[in-house]
Amino acid sequence: MTETPTTTAEREKHLANADGAVLRADNLIAGYLPGVNILNGADLYCQPGELVAIIGPNGAGKSTLLKALFGLVKIHTGTVTLKGGDITNQRADQLVTKGIGFVPQNNNVFPSLTIEENLEMGCYQEPKKFTERFDFVTDLFPRLGERRKQRAGQLSGGERQMVAMGRALMMDPAVLLLDEPSAGLSPVLQDEVFVQTRNINKAGVSVIMVEQNARRCLQICDRGYVLDHGTNAYSGTGKSLSNDPKVIELYLGTLGQSAD
Amino acid sequence: MAADVSAARAALAGVPNEPGAPKPDPIVKGDNIVRTFGGLKAVDVEHIEIQRGVITALIGPNGAGKTTLFNLLTGFDEPDEGDWAFNGKKLSNVPAYKVARLGMVRTFQLTKVLSKLTVIENMRLGATGQRGEKFWSAAFKSLWSAQEDANTVRADDLLERFKLDAKREDFAGSLSGGQRKLLEMARALMVDPELIMLDEPMAGVNPALKQSLLEHVKSLRDEGRSVLFVEHDMDMVRDISDWVIVMAQGQIVAEGTPQAVMADQRVIDAYLGAHHDTDISEIDVSELEAEAEAELDAEAAEETHP
Repeated sequence: MTETPTTTAEREKHLANADGAVLRADNLIAGYLPGVNILNGADLYCQPGELVAIIGPNGAGKSTLLKALFGLVKIHTGTVTLKGGDITNQRADQLVTKGIGFVPQNNNVFPSLTIEENLEMGCYQEPKKFTERFDFVTDLFPRLGERRKQRAGQLSGGERQMVAMGRALMMDPAVLLLDEPSAGLSPVLQDEVFVQTRNINKAGVSVIMVEQNARRCLQICDRGYVLDHGTNAYSGTGKSLSNDPKVIELYLGTLGQSAD
Repeated sequence: MAADVSAARAALAGVPNEPGAPKPDPIVKGDNIVRTFGGLKAVDVEHIEIQRGVITALIGPNGAGKTTLFNLLTGFDEPDEGDWAFNGKKLSNVPAYKVARLGMVRTFQLTKVLSKLTVIENMRLGATGQRGEKFWSAAFKSLWSAQEDANTVRADDLLERFKLDAKREDFAGSLSGGQRKLLEMARALMVDPELIMLDEPMAGVNPALKQSLLEHVKSLRDEGRSVLFVEHDMDMVRDISDWVIVMAQGQIVAEGTPQAVMADQRVIDAYLGAHHDTDISEIDVSELEAEAEAELDAEAAEETHP
């Protein structure tokens, strides 16, 4: 069954399963401007090896939540912990060394650099890792190895997404944050991105992804959150969410009914 | 300018399901439009006609040349060769702003709202023929304030229709991706266009808002406008389009009603993939990978134009 963690009791019940989580956010209140909060008490956790989806209406704060986890948005109250250690409001570059990878939605590659150089940038803080991680990434995305000398600016949207994901994997993150990886891709390439995301997850990386393609996203995730007005509206397994009449009505719409 | 939609649709009934099919009442007509980037023909359209008063979808794999064709038709890019006409008027070498004034307006895949202006200011900018833009009259508010008021009323109507009225005074930069899409569509309507061209209106818009966006697009047609849109969201294509044109590798490879096109084996091979309706856990991964690989190769050949 899905939960609706709005009251304190419900929040506690939801977070009762959060022990041992690789990444956990408690009651986040955050926003870009003083006095204007986008997140109004969002909770989230991701267990090691889990693939967690965040869906929800436009303006619900999905991307903001990811950015807050990654230190790109100021958290006013609430805490974020990584493997039990407090990382609230730490800088993004520090978080990268601690084990968080982040793939933004747009402008996520260096267009004037080659694929190989982009991947190098991914581990500039620990260049020794390059050879081993390059092998890992090109195992997942053989295409990137084949085209390592090509400039990223010349790549198509589907390939750029691979470069961006590959770059974020270069530091061997414990958890990978993906912001709408399937946006702007054709149906076949969207499916490919979801399969790749699942492969990354199977390779041992915990994943938290924000997506608009809720149907596919709920099919591959272990657990999902529906965010609304900056707070958790529903959470549950992918299957239970896509079958939940309230979620369908509020969020998936009738277009989502083919979701099972 | 209200038109009878069922009549407009009925007019399409006799149109053959084949590439470049002639339409009974085309609003846009193009011949031999070619655009090359380096050695690659990004667009190579022998003949295209867009029917007036209906919703036409333009689909195809990434890198098929859909956006390039949009750019050419609307004067944002120049072809190597080719002629096309809007309402019988030839548009070769007509700059983009004049195309918009003629009644053919487009939106962009990556929205181009002015983020440091408020929502209502963005809307007012959409209006054309503003007297306050003229050098001499700009100094005399009385010459243009009535027009600006009228524009503001129209803008407010549109904001209400697109449920952006609560955001009226917010900076456009503070809107979410989906709200920007709505703003761009609303702004395009400020010029009261006959043909509105939408480049991936659903990308980045959540499913619940999609429903209402679908209704907005339908209502454009029901007001008598013609709509041409590029989209990857097949639910939307199936739901609202009256006619579908499929492009691959720069050419039109299929045309027809949504039902006919989605059942067309060539379209499934070129674009949809064999499993777009199956659950992803049941998909044959190696098959999908082969399809994706083929599409990426086609895309790579194009070397995405900046």
